[in-house]
Amino acid sequence: MEQKLSIVCFSGDFDKAVAAFTLATGGAATGRPVTMFFTFWGLNLVKKRSGRTWIGKGLLARFFNFLMGGPGNVPLSRLNFGGVSPRLMRGMMKKNNVATLEDLIEAAKALNVNLVACEMSMNILGITLDDLLPEIKEVIGVSTFLDYSRDAQIIFI
Amino acid sequence: MVHFLDITKEHCPMTFVKVKLKLEQLAAGDRLEVLLNEGEPLSNVPKSARQQGCKVISITPDQPPFHRVVIEK
Repeated sequence: MEQKLSIVCFSGDFDKAVAAFTLATGGAATGRPVTMFFTFWGLNLVKKRSGRTWIGKGLLARFFNFLMGGPGNVPLSRLNFGGVSPRLMRGMMKKNNVATLEDLIEAAKALNVNLVACEMSMNILGITLDDLLPEIKEVIGVSTFLDYSRDAQIIFI
Repeated sequence: MVHFLDITKEHCPMTFVKVKLKLEQLAAGDRLEVLLNEGEPLSNVPKSARQQGCKVISITPDQPPFHRVVIEK
């Protein structure tokens, strides 16, 4: 069996998410068992609702979740220009036949990448498994993630 | 049965992602003919197919810069 690959998706930035999903899909397509662990800002990438919504338990959590939004409005890590740049980047990617973030997320689902979410971050943000994509199979802690990642290459993005 | 897949307009990682997903749909013994570009797809698609336990039957140059790779599941 090919070596396992585990990716900690900490960042919720568009460009870093593209890098994470490119590695994940490339690894899965070449026979590696791949786990993606979404934590903190990375949870925005796997929210069920694409844009800004008032999800979460408690006023502050709802406010935070609204500001952070979902996969449809994740920012670029640099030169975001108030959210204009990710839209331009998506257009450039499509024009050049490069997979967009949405394409890569769909490919990761189709390739059965093991998508899991961080219990601690979800508690902070007051969100539940119902707020995330149905393909998120589990909410786990660091100990389980490390168990899944035994003998794996671990990448932090 | 022979299937066909054109990935000449795709880029990494969708080149071998699309081949992998297509191969999953095939029955054992079916063949997949892939039209692809030289360079990264030409080196990685056959390798990825072999890693999935498939057999690479042939790799034939087509109109430059394309190649045809026939894979048997």
